Amino acid sequence: MTQRDAVSGGSHLERLLKEATTELQTQVEQGDLSEAVNLLQRINEERSRLLYLEVGRLTRGLHDAINNFHIDAGLNARASEEMSQMADATERLNYVIRMTQDAANKTMDKVEESAPVAELIGAQAAALRKDWARLVRREMKPEEFRDLYRRIDEFLKHTEDHADVLSRNLGEIMLAQDYQDLTGQVVKRVISLVKEIEENLVNLVCMAGQVDRITGIKHSAGGQIPVEETQHEEHPVPEGPIVNPEQRADVVSGQDEVDELLSSLGF
Amino acid sequence: MKILIVDDFATMRRIIKNLLRDLGFTNTHEADDGLTALPLLQTGNFDFLVTDWNMPGMTGYDLLKTVRADPKLKDLPILMVTAEAKREQIVAAAQAGVNGYIVKPFTAAVLKEKIDKIFERINK
Repeated sequence: MTQRDAVSGGSHLERLLKEATTELQTQVEQGDLSEAVNLLQRINEERSRLLYLEVGRLTRGLHDAINNFHIDAGLNARASEEMSQMADATERLNYVIRMTQDAANKTMDKVEESAPVAELIGAQAAALRKDWARLVRREMKPEEFRDLYRRIDEFLKHTEDHADVLSRNLGEIMLAQDYQDLTGQVVKRVISLVKEIEENLVNLVCMAGQVDRITGIKHSAGGQIPVEETQHEEHPVPEGPIVNPEQRADVVSGQDEVDELLSSLGF
Repeated sequence: MKILIVDDFATMRRIIKNLLRDLGFTNTHEADDGLTALPLLQTGNFDFLVTDWNMPGMTGYDLLKTVRADPKLKDLPILMVTAEAKREQIVAAAQAGVNGYIVKPFTAAVLKEKIDKIFERINK
């Protein structure tokens, strides 16, 4: 259902009302009361029919939007299987959290594993360079040189092994980023569901407006609570990451602006 | 130095823990919100608190105010590491007595700079 359908439904009723008013007047003037009551009944029925129709359309629209969400996203077999087990957007978003968390943990595992290896290579190289410098300055005794000779051989062999470990870990860190493709697809599906729901809500609001117009209901302004006043300044409400800082004046866009603000407060 | 890291996301706690270790702080402990952090702080003799803002249970901002109101804990240095970037929030945290404020995403260099600055000021 689109907004236009709802509007045209409304104007259909308006047309009917206009036509019927003249007819009604004629009938009342002619004293044909039973025909006049019948006409009123018809107007009333038309009004109810229209309301049911719109509510029905909207319900179907929402239902379809939610049902459509289950359609397979065209992922690989493993992911499709996982996707099919997910019944709703909440689960999908939990899946995104799980995937990104797993990837972050896997990446950190490999980084934690690699850091000491890199440190060891650095420490061994530094120690060797110190002794190498003594050799260059000819300060080394023959037996010390034999030891250095053996240690260099060992170092080179170890470095080969360590380089293997490091490149394997780097490869696994790279692979751990494969979540982006899957979570990206899942998030896109959730976005389209949200969009569909948003559109349907707009239609609902539009229809509610039609209902008010048709039925002549007036709302008192007192029912609306001004949002600004409910948020007390002394207790700022957390908002989470700001996704559009460049479009907002009330947020900082980075650490530099935080520091600036704090130093203006005497920090 | 004994440090408590409070964040509801385990990965963020791990990142901060790793960064702190690289800076030479190895005695770190973790809590996932203000409510679990408080009893640890009250009994644990912590020297430094690193906390997120937005957490279920008790937020980092409420934790900050609670710590400042506790006669035993009121002088504990507190660094806020959070995605909360509204100016009014930063001002509120400063007024509540935070010692440093870092917005996510952040770098290791920023973390080091803020920690150095906090202890430089305390030791003065």
